[in-house]
Amino acid sequence: MKLLPYIINGISVGGQYALIAIGYTLVYGILRLINFAHGDVFMVAGLVMVYATASMPFYLALPLAILVTVILGFTIERVAYKPLRSAPRMSLMISAIGVSYLIQNLAFYITGGVPQPVTHPIPWISDQVMLLGVSTKRVTLITPVLTILLVLLLVYLINHTKIGMAMRAAAKDFETAQLMGIKINSVISMTFVIGSFLAAVGSMLYFTNYPSVAITSGGMPGLKAFVAAVFGGIGSIPGAVVGAFIIGLCEELIKGLGYTTFSDAFTFALLIVVLCVRPTGLFGEKVTDKV
Amino acid sequence: MDLSRKKKIFTALVLFVVLAGCIVLDVVLPSYHIAITVIKKATVYALVAVSMNLLNGFTGLFSLGQAGFMLLGAYAYGVLTIPVAKRAIVYQYFDGGVIHFSLPEVFGSIFGTAVGSVIGMLIALLIGGILAALMAYLIGLPVLRLKSDYLAIATLGFAEILKAFFQWNKLGPVTNGSNLLKSYPVFDHATPYVILAGLMIAVILLLINSTYGRAFKAIRDDEVAAEAMGINLAKHKRMAFIISSFFAGIGGGMMAMYSGTIAAAPFKSAMTYEILLIVVIGGIGSITGSVIASFLYIISSEWLLRGLDSGTFLGISAPGVFKNGFRMAVFSVIIMVIVLFFRKGIMGERELPDLLQKRSKKKKGAAK
Repeated sequence: MKLLPYIINGISVGGQYALIAIGYTLVYGILRLINFAHGDVFMVAGLVMVYATASMPFYLALPLAILVTVILGFTIERVAYKPLRSAPRMSLMISAIGVSYLIQNLAFYITGGVPQPVTHPIPWISDQVMLLGVSTKRVTLITPVLTILLVLLLVYLINHTKIGMAMRAAAKDFETAQLMGIKINSVISMTFVIGSFLAAVGSMLYFTNYPSVAITSGGMPGLKAFVAAVFGGIGSIPGAVVGAFIIGLCEELIKGLGYTTFSDAFTFALLIVVLCVRPTGLFGEKVTDKV
Repeated sequence: MDLSRKKKIFTALVLFVVLAGCIVLDVVLPSYHIAITVIKKATVYALVAVSMNLLNGFTGLFSLGQAGFMLLGAYAYGVLTIPVAKRAIVYQYFDGGVIHFSLPEVFGSIFGTAVGSVIGMLIALLIGGILAALMAYLIGLPVLRLKSDYLAIATLGFAEILKAFFQWNKLGPVTNGSNLLKSYPVFDHATPYVILAGLMIAVILLLINSTYGRAFKAIRDDEVAAEAMGINLAKHKRMAFIISSFFAGIGGGMMAMYSGTIAAAPFKSAMTYEILLIVVIGGIGSITGSVIASFLYIISSEWLLRGLDSGTFLGISAPGVFKNGFRMAVFSVIIMVIVLFFRKGIMGERELPDLLQKRSKKKKGAAK
């Protein structure tokens, strides 16, 4: 049973990936864009949390971190993606890579390139608890529960509210949705706001487990969350969540078996296999090419 | 004199001036001078950027695996050229490694030390390129069926997998695990880099202007139409991918030569992004643009904008603002401006000879 701690950890990591993956999947569903900057938004959320918790009480710091992240996500969309609405998809992707580069370099400038230690981990959730004879932080237990709750809330939002209906329409057919009087720009902004909000929550949970936030901390979780989104079928929220949990679990199990070097490589190998065998993922819709 | 002949003379003149300037710099300046370093690094980046442009700009395959292929080329070069006598030190954790020969020394014993070691180094570079091409063939089998962004993320993934393999301790006797490879022979002067990269780029240019190149461009512009015209999509895509990776591998080997040490860690996705952004700055679909952008990028980031990081820039001293990292922050803002507002980059799709054409058109306009 020496793998048990890894399984518990895997479920927790999976939940954190799920929160990031939703941001990818929502944006891809509407804009058909891999938002390469999403991982960096996640990293910025962690940095803001570190700075904010060091100088103010938690009930102010955490909402502030979420707010800053949401504003960042919103701004990125308005500045870097909106002007390229009619440009080829490649330009949009290049812009996303440029934003990612910009955020990392700005973060490097602000932090001086030094990983910022998490001096004030969020109380209560970073306490040690015993679970099935394994010592772990409480965040490990909170994460899956919180993730599921947020996802249910999001699914409700998408299926039963007006903005949710607009988002579905935009994902189905961008141009027709516009013709039907949907304000496409506010819908897209909304997806970025939701995605960034979830990434901020994920970031708080994620960095509770880590001693510091470095400027490159966002890259790997970001890519893995994207893989999770593809694995589950990009554009599908349940798919992203299931994919994220599977990837989190596999990754931790591989670490548990002693192949830590390959835990990242495995994720990408999985991605390539999925893309080649079933490009639409577990829950994705089949897309046919139009000439 | 007709225009095409003028163009040829103009191009030859520019290339000659560049080469002559480089030789003069090499003779006048010591090899550790910043100008020489910048030229070396910029030529390496130029080669890799052109190889990426061949794929992303001319064939329309959005691949982000460049760093992985460079990694292969760099390691092949290092592993094959470290002198036998120094292997015990370099591979100190792996009993001197499993490879007990060094190409420059093998050829040195045949052709004499000076000539032989150069031949050995070149062959090591070539082997790096071939390995990268072989890897590209294997990767291409499953991956090239994917479209645009899926292709991008899959190639990015492959680069990460390669990186993990090269850091794996079990392969340590060959790759030295996560430790540095060093002490291999390098070219000290800038001219060999310029000539090597120049030749490679010339080959790519010939390819682009051949029937294959036109097929690549047709695929980029409209896949379905290209297929209808009888172009074998799978074959041409694979070919572009393999050729691009071959030159990326050679570029990786030259990168190893430039930096003097090899580790897997720097060949991460950020390096691919950097090269992609260079291609974008230069203009997607312009070889000249990629070369110019590489030089601009490297010269300003390594040399001209250094002051932004160290307190004083253009005579303005503001240590509070101009501190470590400011240079790259300014740089990435410039890149974003280019990406958003000057989507064609410096050159658009024009090449070096076209510069002349534009000017002569203007002259004609003035004469009227």
